[in-house]
Amino acid sequence: MNWVLVPQQIITGILNGGTLALIALGIVLIYKSSEVFNFAHGHMVMLGAYFTWLFAGGDSEEALIDLPLWAAVIAAVIVAILIGLVIERIALRPMTGQPLLSIVLMTLGLAQLFEGLTTVFWGTQPKSNFPAPFSPSDVINIPIAPVNEQSIVFLDRLIISQARLATFVVAILAAVIFILFFQYTNVGLSMRAASENHELARSVGIKVSRVFGASWAIAGIVATLGGVLLATISGVSINLSFIALVAFPAILLGGLESFSGAILGGVLVGLVQALVQASTEIEVRNSAEIAPYILLLIILVLRPEGLFGQKRIERI
Amino acid sequence: MAALRTPGDFDRDYTQDMAILRKPWHIGATIAVIIFAYTVPFWGNAYMVTTGNTIAYTVIALQGLNLLTGYTGQVSLGQAAFMMVGGYASALVTINWGFPIYIAIPFAALSTGVVGLVFGLPSLRVKGFYLAMATLAAQFIIPWISRQTFPELFGGTNGFIEVPVVEVFGFSLGEPAQFFFLSFTVLLITTILTNNIVRSRLGRAFISVRDNDLAAELLGINLFGYKLRAFFLAAMLAGVAGALKAHGQRGVGTEFGYALDDSIIFLGMLVIGGLGTTMGPYMGGIFVILLEDLALWMGGALAEVFPGQAAGLLTSFRPIFFGLILMIFLIYEPRGLTYRWILSKAAWRLRPFSR
Repeated sequence: MNWVLVPQQIITGILNGGTLALIALGIVLIYKSSEVFNFAHGHMVMLGAYFTWLFAGGDSEEALIDLPLWAAVIAAVIVAILIGLVIERIALRPMTGQPLLSIVLMTLGLAQLFEGLTTVFWGTQPKSNFPAPFSPSDVINIPIAPVNEQSIVFLDRLIISQARLATFVVAILAAVIFILFFQYTNVGLSMRAASENHELARSVGIKVSRVFGASWAIAGIVATLGGVLLATISGVSINLSFIALVAFPAILLGGLESFSGAILGGVLVGLVQALVQASTEIEVRNSAEIAPYILLLIILVLRPEGLFGQKRIERI
Repeated sequence: MAALRTPGDFDRDYTQDMAILRKPWHIGATIAVIIFAYTVPFWGNAYMVTTGNTIAYTVIALQGLNLLTGYTGQVSLGQAAFMMVGGYASALVTINWGFPIYIAIPFAALSTGVVGLVFGLPSLRVKGFYLAMATLAAQFIIPWISRQTFPELFGGTNGFIEVPVVEVFGFSLGEPAQFFFLSFTVLLITTILTNNIVRSRLGRAFISVRDNDLAAELLGINLFGYKLRAFFLAAMLAGVAGALKAHGQRGVGTEFGYALDDSIIFLGMLVIGGLGTTMGPYMGGIFVILLEDLALWMGGALAEVFPGQAAGLLTSFRPIFFGLILMIFLIYEPRGLTYRWILSKAAWRLRPFSR
């Protein structure tokens, strides 16, 4: 372990984890309301980023639509809501009551479809002209005492990228709004009721199919926000969907059915990914991309229900 | 899935009951298909032979996945990664120790089976979605190991190693047409193997674990043991398929189609063909491979019309076609092509009165 780098990596990890947490929230939301494991969520994240980029006039110099970033995000959110509703109605509603494999495969099929459609329209090249409000050189320096006298340049301060800080703040804000929405509004309450028991929810007058639609629409919103935040840091590309796959270990770490667990899991996974890069061994440093999955295997064997999950998990 | 039999079609003795090919025309059709397949290299063109090889190793991998997912009911998102393990195992023993192919393939099968056991271990504690996540971890960890560790064994950044030409009893199998004899022979062996596994005690235990694991345990079936056996067999067949793919394509590496997408496509092929059926891997594999070739051809044709978008168009129709077909099958025919085939046979039998 290269201890000099650890404080810096902790900050980077927590800040990255915020975005992961937001993406994880979307998956947990769908699972809680309709018991669907949405493997297409990463692609919804990617689509959100692409649509924001498109509405902000990134496609060409004289694009027809050229909105400022905030308006582009709103437009992309509206598109994402529509996509979410269409997915729920066309793809997932016929699958109600089908076995796990069929539902998982349905979302995987959706993911393939989105990936293909994105390449048809926007090609495979990453788009670097995402209208991010920050440039990579916008950083906040926090001076700290040098760890030792011979320390290299940059090690006398902590560097916080403004983009990462902003994404973290937005992600946590969105997550908090989301949790409040679930605790204190009627729609949120009916979603929680529907997730507990479909028949009981129907018997008290909740339209379960409408609740499913609403949860997919909200998942679309959350995914778009996550996509915009990811794109602010790493640009728009197909790879955003793979970054979002890391949200699955985060969810299992936090517990499948817990919103606060998803947030904590996201931050923890971000932290692990960053801390691994502070190692002195090159093999360990390079393992940042698989560290979440190793963590996942450890969780599955030691504590399958996650940190905050309910112990309802089917034991063998 | 028990085939729909006509009324009055009974088994009258044990030989009939145990026969795989029950009717004379079954035997005739099987022999015809085998003869047809073995003569393909003599009259077929390059496309047919290459596709034949692809179909052979895909179907072998699917047969393994079918044992695990179709019969035992455990979702696996890591079959492509296990194929990669088989490819490396076979390639490395051929290059470093000079094993002949008929020892290298069983060796690859066994070593992949052991790796499969490792990733099957979480089935001790979890099932369903959680187990799918464990196999997803395999799908990420295995290619990473080949890319980042032991560069002198796995060839460094791309994890690419070149595989020498296969020789069997002095015959060189360098051309796809020559290699087809090997891949199809192995396919025949694995078909007989899987067909017999699923109708033995082992296969019945698998099916009972899938249908109701609690009831299976009450019947005295060791759940964990049988799930691990299913993982072992699935990984073993993936290893065989991977070894064939590595020798057939003369190379193995992370760029050769062992990614998460390929694992997903395997699952999709299985659902399209029919889960838990003997014909499923064949039908699904052949259907999806031909569909992908069609998508590739269409992408190429469109790329000539719109040269500006060529790179995107070439690769994009494969996932679009696959995703759409998979969704259509899941909604309208979740039992797959095999069930359609049985239905159409029944319709043919009831000719004037079928709907």
